[in-house]
Amino acid sequence: MNGQPPEGPPAALSLEGVHKSFGANEVLKGIDLSVRPHEVVCLIGASGSGKSTLLRCANLLEKIQGGRILLYGEVISGQQVDENKVRRHIGIVFQSFNLFPHMSVLRNITLGPTEVLGLRRREAEREACQLLERFGLIEKKDDYPDRLSGGQQQRVAIVRAIAMRTQILLLDEITSALDPELVAEVLDVVRELAASGMTMVIATHEMGFARDIADRVCFLEEGRIIEEAPPAELFSEPRDERTRRFLRRIVEAGRL
Amino acid sequence: MALGAAEGSGEGTSLLPGAPAPGSLAASRRSKLLAGPRGVVASSLSTAIVLAALVAVFLAAPGSHEVRHYFFDPHDIWESFVGDPSKGLFSVGAGFVLNIELCLVAEVLILLLSLVLALVRLSRSSVLFPFRLLGTVYSDVFRGVPLILVIVAVGNGLPGLYLHGVSYWSLDVYAVVALVLSYVAYVSEVFRAGVLSVPPSQLAAARSLGLSHWKATRHVVLPQAIRTIVPPLLNDFISLQKDTAIVSVLGVEEAIRNAGIFSSTVFNYSSYIAAAVLFLLITIPLTRLTDWMIARDRAKRLAGGW
Repeated sequence: MNGQPPEGPPAALSLEGVHKSFGANEVLKGIDLSVRPHEVVCLIGASGSGKSTLLRCANLLEKIQGGRILLYGEVISGQQVDENKVRRHIGIVFQSFNLFPHMSVLRNITLGPTEVLGLRRREAEREACQLLERFGLIEKKDDYPDRLSGGQQQRVAIVRAIAMRTQILLLDEITSALDPELVAEVLDVVRELAASGMTMVIATHEMGFARDIADRVCFLEEGRIIEEAPPAELFSEPRDERTRRFLRRIVEAGRL
Repeated sequence: MALGAAEGSGEGTSLLPGAPAPGSLAASRRSKLLAGPRGVVASSLSTAIVLAALVAVFLAAPGSHEVRHYFFDPHDIWESFVGDPSKGLFSVGAGFVLNIELCLVAEVLILLLSLVLALVRLSRSSVLFPFRLLGTVYSDVFRGVPLILVIVAVGNGLPGLYLHGVSYWSLDVYAVVALVLSYVAYVSEVFRAGVLSVPPSQLAAARSLGLSHWKATRHVVLPQAIRTIVPPLLNDFISLQKDTAIVSVLGVEEAIRNAGIFSSTVFNYSSYIAAAVLFLLITIPLTRLTDWMIARDRAKRLAGGW
């Protein structure tokens, strides 16, 4: 157990001075973020501010160049770490769903449990059906993704992630690719997960949703966390001028 | 029915289909869109006219009689097809069975080895670096050397080494080895392109679930890659089927070799026509199947499906 802070239990997920560059382009310029178990943290900020990259780094889909990432107090950003093991605990849902088009909904969900957790097919299917039932998707279990609406696909993608019995879920702008009328059904799923105690880090452009669901909101600009506060505080009395400017633009666009 | 009347004069003997052709050609192009009974009539007529013209040119050529005798003699076509042991003539039909066997055995090996080579060349593991380098060199060399040279080099070179085992295989085995060596260099590129055509987001989604690189490749990337490469693989299979004819240079007793023996014994080339017909019987249905699959795939994609 490296890097455990002296006070209290370890954070579920923490980033310490994380730097990430793509070539000469530095996307994350020293991110410090600590997420407690069962906490819901929303990341807001303009496109290109580093929200998605932050989530991809936390899932080890991107290698970081500086700082470190800890999962329940254990460093997971080093060379010797088994990233496949880490990913059993941290799920991620993408903006573009990324369901496997050649597999039925049920197989999309059971692939991870059978291949990674070593569950028997039947057991994995039973658990998958329970989850599909819970999120109102059970009648779609034998359909292929191209038969589903965007909202349904994204709900299946969420179920696929949590079917891994994941403890931490990263949501990367999961409603940005959806038609407006399909956004609500997906956000309802996220609300239910929050209510059930799932630890979540959510990159989102849905400010109203962030204000409702988040325990804490972080505003990112140019690869740095500019300000973080409970939503009531951040949305009504932002302290930093840059946060104010961003929120003013959002309000002008009618998005808050 | 002015069109039909004009066509009547064009059919049959005239070598100049000029007068009715423009109208009927336009009609045949439209028939694809219209697909009505009138379109069908027009396109059938124009097809008949074009064919009749080609046949007429062939029949009217000064050497037509000789060519018909030396290439299209029905009796010789049949005799070469069945063969005649009493005259020392091998059967083209029996030889063609060997062509099919060579093709099938080679194809299985080609698919397996191509997949392995493609995955090695796509891997990023540093342990595999020497194999990656070898794979690239091999693929460059064998895509650049004409198949007939590979066949001659393997078929005559390996026996010349007098190596235990390798130098004492049958000619059929050398033929398969040469075909496999040459084709894997191409087909592995098809596999590689197929894998690269799968969006990286699919691999990321699979890896994010905790699947290892290999498991993600096996369950998520390869099935999607293979779907897109089935038509090009079938195309390569068709050309492999034809290229089995080239191993005749080693003296493998397949259709072309036997047809050659027939023609040099009887002084008639009709045996080659027999062989050609046999090849066409296999390759035309395969070609149609490939086109049909491509069209079906395109229709599916246009409809927004996977």
